[in-house]
Amino acid sequence: MNVERRGAAIEINHLRKEFGPPEARVVAIEDISLKIAPGEFVCIVGPSGCGKSTLLRILAGLDTSTGGTIRVEDAGWPVGNAMVFQESGLFPWMNVETNVAFGLMTRGVPKREISARVEAALKLVGLTKFRHHYPHQLSGGMRQRGAIARAFVTDPGMLLMDEPFAALDAQNRTILQAELVRLWEETGKTVVYITHSIDEALLLGDRTVVMTAHPGRIKEIKDIPFPHPRDVMTLQSSPAFGALKLEIWRILESEVQRARAEFEK
Amino acid sequence: MSEKARERWLYLISPIALLAIWQVLLMLGFGDRRFIPAPTDIAVRFWELATDGQLWVDTGATLYRVFAGYVIGAVPAIAIGLIMAMFKPVRIFFDPLIAALFPIPKVALMPLLLLAFGFGDASKIALVATAVFFPVVVNTYAGAANIDKIYWDVAKNYGASSYVMFTRIVFFGALPMIFAGLKIALAVSFVVLVAAEFVASKSGLGYLIWNSWELLQVDYMFVGIVVIGVLGLITAVLFQELENLVIPWKSN
Repeated sequence: MNVERRGAAIEINHLRKEFGPPEARVVAIEDISLKIAPGEFVCIVGPSGCGKSTLLRILAGLDTSTGGTIRVEDAGWPVGNAMVFQESGLFPWMNVETNVAFGLMTRGVPKREISARVEAALKLVGLTKFRHHYPHQLSGGMRQRGAIARAFVTDPGMLLMDEPFAALDAQNRTILQAELVRLWEETGKTVVYITHSIDEALLLGDRTVVMTAHPGRIKEIKDIPFPHPRDVMTLQSSPAFGALKLEIWRILESEVQRARAEFEK
Repeated sequence: MSEKARERWLYLISPIALLAIWQVLLMLGFGDRRFIPAPTDIAVRFWELATDGQLWVDTGATLYRVFAGYVIGAVPAIAIGLIMAMFKPVRIFFDPLIAALFPIPKVALMPLLLLAFGFGDASKIALVATAVFFPVVVNTYAGAANIDKIYWDVAKNYGASSYVMFTRIVFFGALPMIFAGLKIALAVSFVVLVAAEFVASKSGLGYLIWNSWELLQVDYMFVGIVVIGVLGLITAVLFQELENLVIPWKSN
């Protein structure tokens, strides 16, 4: 299967982010350089507190960098990016339908077009029957589906996902991972996906970026060669998957321990 | 009986039980009925005042003042509270003002308001509005300021303008707290108004109570007290219904 890849190209050069007052600067990320091709699915793994979420927030325009540049080539995409957060971030005061329509409403898309696109997006994530439900009436998995629909419906140049399934139980996570694989195979969008699970990175991505513990730098970038369409369950139990997982774990291990040591200091 | 109907009955039990105990104790001879009238005595007086129309004049006057003052106080309070949460300079501007004025018992402003607005309805409406303003503005601000950061992030990331932010995010996010403030304000508005009607009015339920007290017509006095209680109950129930209607996402 050849996934038709489309979306923004991203070029990150020597990106740096510091926090805090001048006398107590904390460097969150340092010298991050990364090129992402249109339609590429890039997963970023790293120990907790390595600044991977900061990187994503800068890409999303929710934070500014203190150094370096980001060049995004997203000509032709009406919406630059759409983010999916760890907690769904669906507005509790809007029903599913209104939530999914939000990013279209804010951009002045005509009503009729909104309802057609929302309809399609709800169908894509299987929430059509729950369109009039409020988030508190849904399970965690369904809420996260709603958040994914809200992001995809805007047809963004890139999708930014910040550990979107981390708060789900294992079964729901597997189901949603499979659904995301299918969604991506259909749309071929550029995705930057933050996770702390190597499994997840290998199931979803084209490449895995391994980050160092604080301050976050890129330690190594690994290609994930598994062909599409990917079947999450089969892939997960293949020997090649296990071998690559171990290889990446070896790279990550020392960083995780360093992060822990620093945490316990 | 459905769950809801049962809850409604349960809701009525405590006031009815209070009345029953009160009646029985007086009938058994505890207390002097000239000074502590039994519920039945109050009912007789209530009927008397209700049929000659005076009670409705007083109730109408009180309700009008509460309603007008409530709206005049609450609407700008909600707007200012939301704007304070959205714009830091506005917050810095209003913060000390609110901190200084909130603790002042609003009844203490009555003489000032009488000077400014005279003895008519305007001074009482102004008093209610002042008393309503503070709990509503403080709650609205707290509600809007405590909206989970993720909703600001989502709104920003999904292209919300300041206008959309205000009307779709901040307002709704603050709505549960706005309602909490409005409920407090409702009780407060009755409290200050009745006090004002004691001293500076020739109509209203506060006037009825105070006037009856001065004439030592204790049973008439109780009619006024009971009517205020009933009004409080009715408005609180209506308010709860309104809240359920307006905030369907508030999980019970």
